Amino acid sequence: MTSTDLSVRPAPGARAPHPVRELTARRRAARGGTNLTLGDGRRTRVLALTALTLPAAAWLLPMAWGLLTAFKSEGDASDPAHWLWPRHGFTLQGFRTVWERGDLPLWMLNSLFISAAVTVITVLVSAMAGYAFSRTRFAGRRWLFAVSVAAILVPPQVLIVPWFRQMLTLHLLDTYAAVILPQTVAPVMVFILKKHFDSLPRELEEAARLDGAGHWRIFWSVLMPLSRPMLAAVAIFVFIGAWNNFLWPFVATSDPALMTLPVGITSVKDAYGIQYAQTMASAVLAALPLVVVFMIFQRHIVKSVATTGLGGQ
Amino acid sequence: MSSPQAAPRSAAPTARRLFAPGLLFALPFLVLFALFLLWPLAQGLWMSLTDTSLSAHAPGFVGLDNFTEALRDADMWRSLGNTAWFTVLSTVPLVLVALGLALLVHTGLPGQWVWRLAFFAPYLLPVGVVSLLWIWLYQPDLGLANHLLDTLGLGQLAWLGDESVAMWAVVLTTLWWTVGFNFLLCLAALQSVPDQLYEAAALDGAGAWRRLWSVTLPQLSRITVVITVLQVLASLKVFDQVYLLTKGGPNGSTRPVVEYVYDVGFTGYRLGYASAISYIFFALVLIASAAQYAALRRREK
Repeated sequence: MTSTDLSVRPAPGARAPHPVRELTARRRAARGGTNLTLGDGRRTRVLALTALTLPAAAWLLPMAWGLLTAFKSEGDASDPAHWLWPRHGFTLQGFRTVWERGDLPLWMLNSLFISAAVTVITVLVSAMAGYAFSRTRFAGRRWLFAVSVAAILVPPQVLIVPWFRQMLTLHLLDTYAAVILPQTVAPVMVFILKKHFDSLPRELEEAARLDGAGHWRIFWSVLMPLSRPMLAAVAIFVFIGAWNNFLWPFVATSDPALMTLPVGITSVKDAYGIQYAQTMASAVLAALPLVVVFMIFQRHIVKSVATTGLGGQ
Repeated sequence: MSSPQAAPRSAAPTARRLFAPGLLFALPFLVLFALFLLWPLAQGLWMSLTDTSLSAHAPGFVGLDNFTEALRDADMWRSLGNTAWFTVLSTVPLVLVALGLALLVHTGLPGQWVWRLAFFAPYLLPVGVVSLLWIWLYQPDLGLANHLLDTLGLGQLAWLGDESVAMWAVVLTTLWWTVGFNFLLCLAALQSVPDQLYEAAALDGAGAWRRLWSVTLPQLSRITVVITVLQVLASLKVFDQVYLLTKGGPNGSTRPVVEYVYDVGFTGYRLGYASAISYIFFALVLIASAAQYAALRRREK
């Protein structure tokens, strides 16, 4: 391979090359100065920067426009003659009105509680099942795993009507349990975690087993701590999914006091009427929690989506 | 699905194997799985054979009547057509734009986190926020979309109110909202392309375009296929943004099949008929999955 002789052959005319520094230098040279994909041509870089700035601006524009509207007075927001810059300056009136209605903070708490519950239950239950399918033997194990994997193909949309019927029969409609429980069944997470446990070396648990540790100790004190990055990835993915889930919470709740954020803010859309500044203020407030979390944990979230999003493909 | 086995082979009696620790570990999942997936799935199939409704009367068995009615139901076919059309219209840009953006960001231009934030942040917005924002953007007299068209000297559009435009508007919103997800997957794939390949190509005298064509794109072919498969399955399930933006209108021109299920079941109170349509939709998803699986298999051979 070409990369091998990079390290052995000294550059022509170089004197007493330091092996590592030499390798780095040659690699950088091979990269064409700055980077591997683009090359170091100045024109290409300017071109790429332009090509990237345009879509980035297009993607940020809708959010900027919504943000701008949220800080306008209602009169300015619905003034087509001054559609960009408000005539009477910026105001927090929209935010104040929305916040004082009181339902938005309530929906945030509902979303937080429901998403946290879904995440904790899903991760724990899926990790235990993943462990069972990866590390233990019991009657019907292969068969049960095959059924679970096949169930990945069932879209939740197909289950909406029977779930509704089920919750109606159990008198659970308009309860947290009705919103939470159906969301905790995630066969794809069991599949991902099973594959993950399969990939972990067995030496550590063998040692623990020799020390007399049972399955629970091995699972809880050996494998779970080893799996923290993977568990975090799964948890982040489940949490975002639950936080943004719309259809089932929308069907399962009609009491505004129990609604989640995405359901709640759209339920009052008509109540706001044509008050666009207030509507945008509520949208900004509703968007805020996850955007702030993303800014703090950007790297983790990006990694979580990249690993979990493919569903273990 | 072969898996290595750690536990020693046990010749224990059946009773002990039934309560094996492994089963206990799987039990919480299996209980939830049976209660909230298998049981509803069976219940849905049963309901599709009855005239179950939200009103008080006791459900009666009607055989395949719901299915024969569905096959003659023009509204159902229209909603299936809308779902298929949305899937085609959305999958193409959602894959191609994601690839293009990821390639550009991966060139290592300065400001990495700004690019990522710009393209991925919309994905983090709850659909409620996305729909409120875009209803405002598409507002005919005051919205940004028509102001921009005006500025460019183009005519205005009744974005969500015009049958010939509404579906495109929904697709545009969907692209803006979800492309960040595919974008991140592409970016991750790009980052896992080994440096040596580029170095080798560069040493062999390949220019930037040549490296893009002969190194990067071939390395991306697998992730492109995977993203396309995932995107088709996701697009077939569309409901949220369509329902919130247009309620399926104007005049049913954007109503996807999942919304038709919702309308029939929860507005029309006909849970049995809604279950039958759910199962027709399910069959469609399974056929799409099987077709893609077959295509993937053939490709990998």
